[in-house]
Amino acid sequence: MGLRSYIDKIKPNFEQGGKFAKFHSTFEAFETFLYTPNRVTSNGAHIRHYADMKRNMIYVLIALIPCFLFGTWNIGYQHYLSLGESVTFWQIIGYGLLKIIPIYLVSYIVGLAIEFTFAEIRHEEVNEGYFVTGFLIPLIMPADVPLWMLALAVAFAVIVGKEVFGGSGMNVVNPALLARAFLFFSYPSKMTGDSVWIAEKADAYSGATPLGIIFNGGSVSELPSLMDMFVGTIPGSIGETSKIAILIGALFLIVNGIVSLRIIISTFIGAIAMSLLISDVPFYYHLMMGGFMFGTFFMATDPVTAAQTNIGKWIYGFLVGAIAILIRVANPGYPEGMMLAILLLNVFAPLIDWCVVACNIRRRKKRWAAAERRIR
Amino acid sequence: MDKVKIRKGLNIRLAGEPLKKLESYEPTFCALKPSDFIGVAPKMDVAEGDVVKVGSVLFHDKNNERIVFTSPVSGKVKAIVRGEKRAILRVIVESDGKNESIDFSDITDPIDRMLRSGVWPVLRQRPYATIANPSDKPKHIFVSMFDTAPLAPDNDFIIENQYDALVEGINVLSQLTDGNVYINVNHDIKQNFPKNVIVTQFSGPHPAGNIGTQINALSPINKGEVVWYCYPQGVITIGNLFLKGIYDSSRVIATTGAAMHNPHYYTTRIGADITPIINIDENARVISGNVLTGSNITDDGFLGFYDSQVTAIPEGNHYRMFGWLLPVFKRYTDTNTNGDTRPYIMTGQFEQVFPFDIYPMQLIKACLIKDIDQMEELGIYEVDAEDFALCEVIDPSKTPIQQIIREGLEFIRKETS
Repeated sequence: MGLRSYIDKIKPNFEQGGKFAKFHSTFEAFETFLYTPNRVTSNGAHIRHYADMKRNMIYVLIALIPCFLFGTWNIGYQHYLSLGESVTFWQIIGYGLLKIIPIYLVSYIVGLAIEFTFAEIRHEEVNEGYFVTGFLIPLIMPADVPLWMLALAVAFAVIVGKEVFGGSGMNVVNPALLARAFLFFSYPSKMTGDSVWIAEKADAYSGATPLGIIFNGGSVSELPSLMDMFVGTIPGSIGETSKIAILIGALFLIVNGIVSLRIIISTFIGAIAMSLLISDVPFYYHLMMGGFMFGTFFMATDPVTAAQTNIGKWIYGFLVGAIAILIRVANPGYPEGMMLAILLLNVFAPLIDWCVVACNIRRRKKRWAAAERRIR
Repeated sequence: MDKVKIRKGLNIRLAGEPLKKLESYEPTFCALKPSDFIGVAPKMDVAEGDVVKVGSVLFHDKNNERIVFTSPVSGKVKAIVRGEKRAILRVIVESDGKNESIDFSDITDPIDRMLRSGVWPVLRQRPYATIANPSDKPKHIFVSMFDTAPLAPDNDFIIENQYDALVEGINVLSQLTDGNVYINVNHDIKQNFPKNVIVTQFSGPHPAGNIGTQINALSPINKGEVVWYCYPQGVITIGNLFLKGIYDSSRVIATTGAAMHNPHYYTTRIGADITPIINIDENARVISGNVLTGSNITDDGFLGFYDSQVTAIPEGNHYRMFGWLLPVFKRYTDTNTNGDTRPYIMTGQFEQVFPFDIYPMQLIKACLIKDIDQMEELGIYEVDAEDFALCEVIDPSKTPIQQIIREGLEFIRKETS
């Protein structure tokens, strides 16, 4: 094959002593992107499952495509709705693409540039992790997010959220959520309120999200219909509005065993329990509003930052759901709690795991002690 | 009879099941490989050209001089192959075809007879999977009568003609422990055994047939305890030593695997050179043992001491364009790693194939940082590298998990000895 032999020809330049040895990681990233390596097993098991991290990551990307497509349409739809103009489907899509493509370009260019640089400095292979993070970040932003702010948030999330800990797999909190939290606290006027969720909104149009309506003392009757919230024709962050799109992607991830059902189920249980306990809004509205669904399926389930033990996952998910609703209902500062609940539990996940493992250790030590008594 | 159902695990289906046809193969060359025996420091007792009988000592363990390794055939020592730092890789004996055996029947003490005949190394211990120390008193002895690994030989077929030796071997084992001898089967057997022999029926996916799984289900090893274990053909070798008074080195092996032509069973010798009998595809890997835990013998061709299976599968040394993206129809085909090594990212996957009350990821990480206290607390004594083979296979981060566990175990063994 032409391409393969070309790669083999230029490969020595990027190896130690070659002209471009400095770009070894970059070359390798592109080579392994094009071709699965010819590496064979050398010790231990002689066969390996077909799935590697690249495949796991690409599955998450595939699962996010419905959200991406619907989000693109919804940007245009909400924009023209606020203007009161009636336009064709393709005009809506065209406007959506015009908004979303620059956001994606910024997210990937800034993020990958940092990833590649760190990989070269560390002489490591470039990790696939950012392909997912970079795809997630735009989906949890308002459509009108200023690009320079986005660039700043991405840089902060990748460097402080991930690289300082050693890169993908070592991070404590979810980098995509960290990018959002960074903007949320640094530039709240661009991240909250009724005016940010629709791109270039007509001033007279309300543009409040369902959560915003409730937060400002509105009642359930003022909310959009459950059907609208389920389909997603409401204002909100780019990828979070359509529950149908989210569920299609989630189903794909569940079928392929990428996400933990334990976390998903327990997050729902936690949210439902807490809303029944303290909220006037029916629990099914809570599940439909804001970033609950998107956060549950794509953020809380991030295996690196979630609890790692099976029992820990139940506890972690339950607390994510419960605290998200607690923040929504009890906190006077901001309407949505999902992001903060996940970030908080990201930080506590290692503690949860530690307790679960400690129980296992205690059981084992009891057995040791019993065995010793038998001998004596 | 007690029954135990193993719920977690994975049966890996591969092409190349062996046909139930038994052929006899008397090898010209046999070799013992010190690397088959964990922790043994070999010291040669013969030189190249020496004449040996079946049961003549070839080398012994410097750390425990009572443990000797004897020739599986009669003939002369053809070569002592050394590798880096003059480490002995294999001791090759050329058979004269006569199989003249040393008679051990006048040694009455069973342990002594097993040691001096070179049969003893079929008994191994947990933790560490080293050869059993004859001065230990094991808590229990375990025998797994069936194999659930991919393409595993059918042990019922293997022991068919050796049933008396098997029963005799079990009787001998029952004298070696004050505890029990656990015989673990996958179907009912009718046989009267001594009082301390306990038969348990296991069911479920691989690793239900692994000794580690069975020990864990029946009597998990506590810190400071030692158990011994043995596989059926080892028990038969012990039985024959007491029935016939000689070291009977015959082994039934199955040739298996997608790259193996005409896979079926052979009666041959321990350490046999199997190259003359196997016919394999080009660019294939020959493994002594199964694909999960066996060793690559493509270059030397000698059967491992403990193995009763030879597997040949295609090498995966080829590039696949967008191989990480394309749909997959066959999960396990060749030796390609299907990706590069990454940090641990996914969680909860190992737990699905790991039937122990142990947190596998946490234990792997404890082994990586060589923290002995943590390894002990997380249950290192209850496992061996092979118990992690399935984790290694499914690991999307493509890390050498069996090697990590082995190095952890060896670290403790050396620190505490």
